[in-house]
Amino acid sequence: MAVPTGVSEQDWAAALEGFSAVVGSEWVFTEEEHTSLYHDVYSIYQGEPEDPVVPAAVAPYTAEEVQQCVRIANQYKIPIYPISTGKNLGYGGSAPVYSGSLVLDLKRMDRILNVDVEKATVLVEPGVTFYDIVDHFERNNIPLTLDMPDPAWGSLIGNALERGMGHTYSQHGRDRWSGHCGMEVVLPTGDMIRTGPGASGSDVLWQDQKYGIGPDVHGIFTQSNYGVITKMGFWIRPAHEGFRHARVHVPRFDDIHKLVALDTRLHNMEICNGMSVMASPLYGSFGPMLFMPPVTDPEHLALLEVRNGERPDPGPLAAYGERNRLAFWWLELKFHGPNSVTQAQWDYAKDLFSREIPGCWFEEYEPLEFPLSEEVKANLNTYGHVEMVNIGIPSLHRFAMSMRNQFNPEPGVGHFWFAPMIPKTGEQILLAQEVLQKNCERLGIPLLAPYYSMMPLMWYPRAGIFLAGWNVHADPERNRRTREQYVELSQICADHGWTEYRAPAPLHDQIMRMSNGFNDHALLRFHETLKDAIDPNGILSAGRYGIWPQHLREEGQG
Amino acid sequence: MRTVRFITWLSVLLALALTASAQDTAEETALERGKAVYDEWCIICHGENDPASGGGTAALEFLYQGALPAKLEDRSDMTPELITELVRRGRFGMPNFRLTEISEQQLDDMIAYLRRDSGDVGDANDSGD
Ligand SMILES: Cc1cc2nc3c(=O)[nH]c(=O)nc-3n(C[C@H](O)[C@H](O)[C@H](O)COP(=O)(O)OP(=O)(O)OC[C@H]3O[C@@H](n4cnc5c(N)ncnc54)[C@H](O)[C@@H]3O)c2cc1C
Repeated sequence: MAVPTGVSEQDWAAALEGFSAVVGSEWVFTEEEHTSLYHDVYSIYQGEPEDPVVPAAVAPYTAEEVQQCVRIANQYKIPIYPISTGKNLGYGGSAPVYSGSLVLDLKRMDRILNVDVEKATVLVEPGVTFYDIVDHFERNNIPLTLDMPDPAWGSLIGNALERGMGHTYSQHGRDRWSGHCGMEVVLPTGDMIRTGPGASGSDVLWQDQKYGIGPDVHGIFTQSNYGVITKMGFWIRPAHEGFRHARVHVPRFDDIHKLVALDTRLHNMEICNGMSVMASPLYGSFGPMLFMPPVTDPEHLALLEVRNGERPDPGPLAAYGERNRLAFWWLELKFHGPNSVTQAQWDYAKDLFSREIPGCWFEEYEPLEFPLSEEVKANLNTYGHVEMVNIGIPSLHRFAMSMRNQFNPEPGVGHFWFAPMIPKTGEQILLAQEVLQKNCERLGIPLLAPYYSMMPLMWYPRAGIFLAGWNVHADPERNRRTREQYVELSQICADHGWTEYRAPAPLHDQIMRMSNGFNDHALLRFHETLKDAIDPNGILSAGRYGIWPQHLREEGQG
Repeated sequence: MRTVRFITWLSVLLALALTASAQDTAEETALERGKAVYDEWCIICHGENDPASGGGTAALEFLYQGALPAKLEDRSDMTPELITELVRRGRFGMPNFRLTEISEQQLDDMIAYLRRDSGDVGDANDSGD
């Protein structure tokens, strides 16, 4: 039987007995057949010695059981790694960062503990998925909705702790972490805390107000390894009444600056509250987040030819655009709310764009009324219609794009993403397009679309992210090359100040070091100081986001 | 292996139960349970080839080009070993599922459900991809 790294066989036997007494022996997995299920099927280290190995997994059912398991692990200095639903595909899956860690699998803790319809809040356990919540609302006629990421089979808690993002509405939604309110955390010593007003021992305010009295500690539990979260509250939204989307087309290359600035302004005024999308019809935008037909006109294609690695000349393209009524850029705005209200918001936006960008024009779509008719439902996720995740409906259709199909006849075993954050200004977007295009070509990185035509995903109020993606293969040589390309591209972007919004677990060390270089990695040293204080035996999620406990610090970062 | 033996036994009983059109037998319950597991975990990708799908059915449609049904529920040729392998190991972008997601009993029930029309289980081919 495999033994966790650094643990004696005697201690291991005693710990296993302890775990079984707490959770029942059927929820302690030690057979290789079962422990090998704890891995990332999308791992970029497929079949290589660096792919983490899991000696055992324990699946508690209650927060008290978590507490007891953590105490046992702390007593015997057993490295443990909690997961919620373990669907962090490509970012680590259900595998630990430090090989030989025991996985604390919290999937069985899947209770929706509270739903407050009036205040639009929920309190959930780690195993609760986005599908679970939507099902619960539907089955019980609860008039609430929540922001939706691509993989609805993931957990609210795991997604928030990774600072994951959705695609629906801006306030307390798309940025999952921004919507958290109140946590219950088991610390590595086995102690339990509640945060915010929940620290008083009463839960009357716990999901209503983030701050209690004293330092606000919430953020330290994201992308880190300081505690096991057993409960978390979220602010969500009343059910949709209406949804409107419309496009602003602009004719000139330089219009990008105003277009982006006005999008930011409208979001900061909370006039726009859905996820904007940008594209360049003249540069032939297409890409993973867009339904757009490819360019086929030979005259247009000739103007798009990339010569000497330089951006295709905007002048002739703009002239072609004028002849064919094609915009240089468009911005799609989305509005959630009753249609009478969003009509006024859109009218205001139209006025603003007309004043600020001469020659712009608008394309309006029929607003949606909820509940949706069967006809509208049937068209969702198809070209020219609304994407389900934009209106809070679970859908895995983005996974379908990387499955076997006519454009991808030999799919990999998974995929691997690079996602740097870029400031939301026209200038920075144009610069990022150049940097990504040139370096992807130089490094041989597959282009999702020519980067001159790629636009950032407008995830954040003041920043967007660009995407590069690779297939993961069973062939270690190809994966090794992907890793090298990924690290080099990450460094180039970090040098521009464009750090990633999260990172794949096996590369946490490199990404943390390159993203936190200020004052000789002072922030990383601060994380380590916290780690040593909170987790003196260094048992919890060693190495997650490059934070190693003292006894592994040199080995881990080596 | 315990799973395979259970499935062989169950399949024989299922065949009998189906021909005898018996009501409310334990085997029918296993089929219902198996379908429920399939509906919870698999149908989001391996149901209808519609725009909400995760794309399992579309991928198999592209791969088989009509040689086999793309919807797994329309097939009867998948062996228990193949179904187990796919559920526990994943394939081509499909993730694997742990015992805390699909227990051994639930997997057995789902195998029974997917093999409800298979007749004899002994010589089925591993033709999944
Ligand atoms: C095609 C594709 C599309 C994707 N699209 C998106 C998207 O739109 N938005 C997005 O955000 N992500 C996306 N992802 C990434 C990922 O799948 C999701 O973020 C997913 O929600 C993470 O998995 P999970 O919820 O199961 O978290 P888990 O795997 O359970 O958790 C993630 C990590 O958080 C930590 N953790 C989890 N639970 C706890 C706990 N209770 N206590 C302490 N630490 C804990 C662990 O270190 C764990 O490894 C996508 C992935 C793919 C492959």
